[in-house]
Amino acid sequence: MNKKLLIDIARSLLLARWKQTLVAAIGVTFSITMFITLLSFMSGLNDLLDGLILNRTPHIKLFNDIKPNLNQPIKIAADYKSGHHFIESIKSDANRQAIYNSAAIMEALKKDKRVLGFSPKLTAQVFFNDGNIDITGSMSGINPVEEAKLFHFDEYVTSGTSADLTKVSNSIILGKGLAGKLLVHIGDVVQVTTSKGERFQLKVVGIFQSGIKDFDDVQSYASVNTVQKILSQPSNYITAIQIKLFDIKLAPAVAKEYEQVYQIDAEDVQTANSQFETGSSIRTLISYSVGITLLIVAGFGIYNILNMMIFEKMDSIAILKATGFSGKDVKNIFIYIAVSIGIFGGLVGLLFGFGLSATIDQIPFNTASLPTIKTYPINYNPKFYMIGIVFSFITTYFAGWFPARKASKIDPVVIIRGK
Amino acid sequence: MSNTILEAKHINKYFHDPIRVQVLSDINFSINKGEFVSLTGKSGCGKSTLLYLLSTMDTDYDGQILIDQQEMPKKEEAYLAKIRNEKIGFVFQFHYLLNEFNVLKNVMLPGLKLNKYSNEEVEHRAMEKLRILGIEQLALKKANHISGGEKQRVAIARALINDPHIIMGDEPTGNLDKKNSDMVFDIFSRLSDEFQQTLLIVTHDPSFAERTHRTIHMEDGRILDQPM
Repeated sequence: MNKKLLIDIARSLLLARWKQTLVAAIGVTFSITMFITLLSFMSGLNDLLDGLILNRTPHIKLFNDIKPNLNQPIKIAADYKSGHHFIESIKSDANRQAIYNSAAIMEALKKDKRVLGFSPKLTAQVFFNDGNIDITGSMSGINPVEEAKLFHFDEYVTSGTSADLTKVSNSIILGKGLAGKLLVHIGDVVQVTTSKGERFQLKVVGIFQSGIKDFDDVQSYASVNTVQKILSQPSNYITAIQIKLFDIKLAPAVAKEYEQVYQIDAEDVQTANSQFETGSSIRTLISYSVGITLLIVAGFGIYNILNMMIFEKMDSIAILKATGFSGKDVKNIFIYIAVSIGIFGGLVGLLFGFGLSATIDQIPFNTASLPTIKTYPINYNPKFYMIGIVFSFITTYFAGWFPARKASKIDPVVIIRGK
Repeated sequence: MSNTILEAKHINKYFHDPIRVQVLSDINFSINKGEFVSLTGKSGCGKSTLLYLLSTMDTDYDGQILIDQQEMPKKEEAYLAKIRNEKIGFVFQFHYLLNEFNVLKNVMLPGLKLNKYSNEEVEHRAMEKLRILGIEQLALKKANHISGGEKQRVAIARALINDPHIIMGDEPTGNLDKKNSDMVFDIFSRLSDEFQQTLLIVTHDPSFAERTHRTIHMEDGRILDQPM
């Protein structure tokens, strides 16, 4: 009842000065609108840029790295068990790149609850022959279905279909740059020479464009079987297993575990692409600080207007206090005023912010390097809207709190006797 | 002694700024239920200062003030606000109506704050008070759309809304012309006669003071003669 009365008084004071109130609310609306738009756009852009790399990057990659053997013969010699070993002119091991027991590892991964999926991969260095020109290129053997599911492979295949890799034998998908150099189109046949000198004829079933030109100039994809054939290797020959986890944050720990269990090299995405995380978090930080700065400026506006209102309403405050409203009641009245400006302005700001984001979402954005993107990216994360309304509440509360405290301290005797 | 509504015991008050000056020295008096008392004296004699002490709005004093035989604590602002709301009605020289509200709402505000009756009851009571003062036809007008005399009557209605133990007035006729002053006085004496309302009115208008039941004269911070 008391609260209702105070809110009623606050509302009357607000409506009596509705122009000022509107200006204050517009300040909040504007800042919340910009806050939402900025964050949605910025984080849409972040997702896009991260996705460019991270979507295609496995969370964990299992492979055999080329490196010197850690167990050098001297370690085994009993005479030299103690002491420090200095070994010079050490060379990397000539061990094979294939993963031992790849079939068994894949079986185990299938049962691992943390693993979303995995896709085997092998890579061959090849030459693409076009008349008297040899173009150095790289050919990856993939499982197109898994690759499409886990690493959005389909999004980058701009013409043709990735599934044809398994349907059509001896087929290949070329990078756009590579296809341009070879002057081939879908249905044409390219000639490939392996490093061992063997020649193969492969049919082009698709062109892909990743958005990274250097990559598109040399990369091509074929099915795992095709590449095994080209390398004259048996069907269990796999040089890497790419794993995607349910939770990307677990990657470093799980990678370490696999390294132990399978006696293999495992690289997690955080180590491989640490720069992306840094970039994203700094961009996010900038957008938040700009948004919050806008809100604080709006807060000062509310502070000013309330201060003015208190100055004008000295008499009213004095009589309210004289007739039995306590300092706390008076303070609450002014806090209600501030917060209702904040909530109202904030809610309208959320709507406008959504509208502006949706508008930006419709603006065409065509770039050669991003074939799947047609308009500016926007992330409609409800989190931004929550933060927006919470912040508008908090800033206006504090903007109201100081003038309200001043009002609560007004001594009615001074006002009344001053007349 | 159950008849005593307001009692002041050994009140001393100093102003500290710019130098320490004693404005009230050893004030003792009491007001019984139903009395119509005026407090007079020359400008600067401390009569208004005394009234604001008695009203609990100013708590910077030495001595004791008892309202309804209860001593007023000096520090508890919220408690004192409640006392003012419940037991004291105020009429000032200036009306202090809230322009944002209509006349009825202005009268209702202290009643709503008291939160003893429902909204409808408070409204009914407010209309009743307006009727007693003969201004019920103004109820729905905005507070800034009525005349000065009417405003003062609304202020009296507002003072009456919670059936206070005592009504305190600080020069309630000070801003009014002769006709309106007489009308306000008539209202006060009617409240006193018909409703046994206790009143303590500060005034420097001798004709006003003469017509009250009892007059307390003050000079230089002291009470002069006090015929009982």
